[in-house]
Amino acid sequence: MLAQDTFFTAPEIEWWHISPMLTLVGGALVLLLVGALTPRWPRGLYGLVTALTAMTAGVLAFLQWQEIDDDGPATLIDGALAFDHLTQLLTIAICAAVLLVALVTIDELDIAGKDGPEMYAMFLIAATGAVVMSSANDLIVLFLGLETLSLALYVLAASDRTPRSQESGLKYFILGGFASALFLYGIALVYGTTQSTNISEVAASFTTNVSLEGDPPLILAGLALLIVGLGFKVAAVPFHIWSPDVYQGAPNQVTAFMASVGKAAAFAAMLRVLVIALPFQRDDWRPAIWVLAVLSLVFGSLLAAVQTDVKRMLAYSSVSHAGFILVGVEAAGHDSAGEGMPSVAVYLLLYSILTVGSFAVVAIVAHSNGGDSSIGAFNGLASRRPAVAVALTVFLLAQAGVPFTTGFIAKWGVIQAAIEESSYALGIIAMLSAVIAAFMYLRIMVSAWLTDAEGDVARETVPFASAAAITAAALFTVVVGIFPEWLLHAAESVTQYAR
Amino acid sequence: MLLALAEPTTTYYLILAALVFAIGSVGLMVRRNPLVMFMCIELMLNAVNLTFVALATRFGNIDGQTAVFFVMVVAAAEVVVGLGIIISVLRRRPGATADDLAELKG
Repeated sequence: MLAQDTFFTAPEIEWWHISPMLTLVGGALVLLLVGALTPRWPRGLYGLVTALTAMTAGVLAFLQWQEIDDDGPATLIDGALAFDHLTQLLTIAICAAVLLVALVTIDELDIAGKDGPEMYAMFLIAATGAVVMSSANDLIVLFLGLETLSLALYVLAASDRTPRSQESGLKYFILGGFASALFLYGIALVYGTTQSTNISEVAASFTTNVSLEGDPPLILAGLALLIVGLGFKVAAVPFHIWSPDVYQGAPNQVTAFMASVGKAAAFAAMLRVLVIALPFQRDDWRPAIWVLAVLSLVFGSLLAAVQTDVKRMLAYSSVSHAGFILVGVEAAGHDSAGEGMPSVAVYLLLYSILTVGSFAVVAIVAHSNGGDSSIGAFNGLASRRPAVAVALTVFLLAQAGVPFTTGFIAKWGVIQAAIEESSYALGIIAMLSAVIAAFMYLRIMVSAWLTDAEGDVARETVPFASAAAITAAALFTVVVGIFPEWLLHAAESVTQYAR
Repeated sequence: MLLALAEPTTTYYLILAALVFAIGSVGLMVRRNPLVMFMCIELMLNAVNLTFVALATRFGNIDGQTAVFFVMVVAAAEVVVGLGIIISVLRRRPGATADDLAELKG
């Protein structure tokens, strides 16, 4: 009956505008198909193809930037996708992270003797899901992107056939599946209130049907479920329990990928769902985000300080970073045209590159110690490998938010956004927790520079591709930390989103 | 009056879906067998499907029904990935429960 009313007209597809995600899918398919049909490629070639694919996608997204400047933001494919600066900035961040992770993976797989196209293909598929999430203008499309990313990540977490990796994969899968189901029920309840899953129509339905008795209970229940689902994905306290176990158990390069691409995509989804789709419920969701932000900031940095394994430490540190980003989301909740959204987008871009660099250094140290990533393995790193120790120091200082690094720009951005919107308490808590977190970063640095290793420890081998990735990430961290104006200026236009 | 009560309305379906969803989420939290936990997740997804279909019928718009197709595809993909992971864990440690998998902690 429904189908007879209207004839189906195929929507127009803007191929050029979706070319970044098509490039990523194409790269994954080429790797899987050609990789399966041809004999083993020379060492590192799979990784290089992945890196080139990610670079092409990132460059395409960059080329489209000017176009949005000229023509303004738009929606694509009958309103399914948004084409705006938020999408482009996060696409570039995701592609940069994939590029660096691919370089690190070349060495990781080489050392393990497991070179093959599968892991790279999963990276590219996960990245596609992440790009879809950051450009979704329909809640179902967003859910599909989320699942594309998550399913690939479950496989990647369990990809090393050790008991630890399998345990981490299973835990991630069960809790991630639970979170996805909650998120989906949230979408269903929003659909129940607004009669549409399209973000434009969801937001519009509240401008045309203004209720004097406050929001209907159905949308509040949906909102709660959406926040819980997103909270799981961004690993905000109290929904963070999975992240330390999964980060520690998963292979190093996969952990780097999760912490960068996974987090960027999850926060992109949070901006799309809360700030863009449900701005009229901001007084309902902002207090919840406030609480999540405070809990993540405080518990993330406190729990990080007592860990003995560096991968776990970085996992808790990523929880505290999630708290900082939530401070920006809260600010965006006050005023979506204010500083909040740009500060979140900048934070995600800078943090992605920073965190991949940190995990790349951890991977190098862990390998020479037989996979041990405890803090003792870092003892005497400076005397064995001064260059690696310097890179590690740059990344840790940046994560702590020391001036002249990108970490400072990122944290300063979100705190300033909070102050601008008069969230003084949140700004002060964020600054205090940055101090607590700094203690943990200092502990790793002290171990690397001031503590001597017990007995003879083999000098770490630094493979070429990892060295290239670490150098690039460290240079980016310092150079953009000193000259951030162009990035901050570019990010200002993120507030003009498509809806 | 009695007949009107017996006639199922959209609300009935929504309440049923909420109950199924609650059973799934409670099951996930109390059961310790990875396979059963996984079945609970599937139960939750199907409860959402029921919600979508009930609402789509009530609104007379097709959005909810198309959503169900996508959710079914996602659930199928989740089965492929999930069973793969669960079987690879159980093959190494037969009869393992979620509590046995506690190597990672701190």
